[in-house]
Amino acid sequence: MAEKKTLGKEFTKGLISENPVFRLVLGTCPTLAVSTSVASAIGMGVAATAVLLCSNIVISALRKVIPQKVRIPAYIVIIASFVTIIQLLVKAFVPALDSALGVYLPLIVVNCIILGRAEAFASKNAVLASALDGLGMGIGFTAALFLMSTVREILGSGTFLSGIKDLLAVFSSDITFNGFKIPFLSENPLTIFVLAPGGFFVFGILIALSNKLAERNGKPKAEINGCDTCPMAKNCALIADGKTCEEVDVG
Amino acid sequence: MSELKQKLTVSASPHFRSRQTSSGIMLDVIIALIPSLVAAYVIFGVRTLVLSAVSVISCVAFEYICRRVMKRHNTISDLSAVVTGLLVAFNVPANLPVWMIIIGDFFAIVIAKQFFGGIGQNFVNPALIGRIVLMSSFPSKMGSFPVPLVSTIPLTGATPLASLKTGEMPEQSLLGMFFGLRGGCLGEVCIAALIIGFIYLLVRRVISWHIPAFYIGTVAIIMLIAGKGDLGYVLYELMAGGLVLGAVFMATDYTTSPISTRGKFLYAVGCGILTSLIRIFGNLPEGVSFSIIIMNILVPLIEHITTPEPFGTPKKVKEAEGK
Repeated sequence: MAEKKTLGKEFTKGLISENPVFRLVLGTCPTLAVSTSVASAIGMGVAATAVLLCSNIVISALRKVIPQKVRIPAYIVIIASFVTIIQLLVKAFVPALDSALGVYLPLIVVNCIILGRAEAFASKNAVLASALDGLGMGIGFTAALFLMSTVREILGSGTFLSGIKDLLAVFSSDITFNGFKIPFLSENPLTIFVLAPGGFFVFGILIALSNKLAERNGKPKAEINGCDTCPMAKNCALIADGKTCEEVDVG
Repeated sequence: MSELKQKLTVSASPHFRSRQTSSGIMLDVIIALIPSLVAAYVIFGVRTLVLSAVSVISCVAFEYICRRVMKRHNTISDLSAVVTGLLVAFNVPANLPVWMIIIGDFFAIVIAKQFFGGIGQNFVNPALIGRIVLMSSFPSKMGSFPVPLVSTIPLTGATPLASLKTGEMPEQSLLGMFFGLRGGCLGEVCIAALIIGFIYLLVRRVISWHIPAFYIGTVAIIMLIAGKGDLGYVLYELMAGGLVLGAVFMATDYTTSPISTRGKFLYAVGCGILTSLIRIFGNLPEGVSFSIIIMNILVPLIEHITTPEPFGTPKKVKEAEGK
């Protein structure tokens, strides 16, 4: 019973209390880049979740085999293999998504959520727990992307779920539903929201709101400074000397 | 002892205070903006007043609501929101829909100013953020300028800057440019009114002459070179677009401009170079707002390199500070 409870917790923690985007502040680059439309955000979220799940399982299974000193290259090789598979699948079945995500699809390799979970969780936990952790974190990432892209697409393009047809074509090519048009906003979209500054506005405001919620529940705020969010923190030579990056100024 | 107590007042420093207050300074800026408002009313008609009134009211309302929601003490009485409201209105064309200017005001007050801590804490000029958001969101509405109501010659509506960009001399005469008979944003067209405001601010010692003079001077020198010594071209470039409005009223914002004269020089020259580069090489016809914003962001660095050294600082301390 106790075992079951902790396994359930490994899955649910990634959704809200340790949401990778809003609480751990990981994976900010893909979050800002692909959240211009809900369809591409969902595509990105699903692709990253698949990679995260597979890489967590394999890294966890191999955690006793991989030598400590070369583990980061080993993780990267495993992650890159899965990203390649996903990329080829996307190219074959959802070419529209491939062109929408562009370079950000192969860049999942260096997505710090995936490397961060490999280093912080999968490398020291059993396979099942790692799989649940990866799935939970992936869904949390997708949910965060969905939230951001909803705000940005509605305000910035005046549409919602536009281009979803290309994603749904995987299941059936008969689907004609291709999103909604928001009446007034689609004629006068606030273009700034689909541009880079708008991404930062929305991201900042959502982080502030999530900090506010965390504060109300008596949890610490998400901090971008400090070593807590750094995937390398556990093995950092600086921490061993009792220092932080800011003190040493590593750039 | 009790006699002594009556004679001496014991209090913490500062003991001498300037009579200048935030609201007093802001009131001076508002007074300095009034000639331009009147000029814009004469040139573009009643829509000037509608846009200005809506902009001022919504800026003050946003400031009030924001401070209320964030549970901070209210600052609408310092009049800075009124100034921001007027400046946002001065930075849009007269036929902009009213709801659009409210969006500009929202970004100016809520995002650029209050999210960073309110008056004295904003890292860029709020009114310019409002303008840039509107420009990147509604480029067609922000780029279509109405023809002045009063004009001695028929005008087609092409702004002087757009003409200069295509390499032609504007159809407006230089005198017409000076009095504002051309298409453009509300507050930027009438140079004469802006100069009256500038002189008022100088006399009231609200701003110093350094930033406007260095800024406009830099643009003049670069345009003189770019125009191969054609003085008419230089004068058109100086009066076209929002250069004078930006140099006098927006680049001189206390919070976002350097303190020392050396810093002001660097800042204003930087603004001038960027404005000229955007005008000559950029895709946009106008670059004043972007250059001021970019230099606003650089102000902390400018302050860092222009901080005066206290007299007699030992050499060792200097080395430790990396100077």
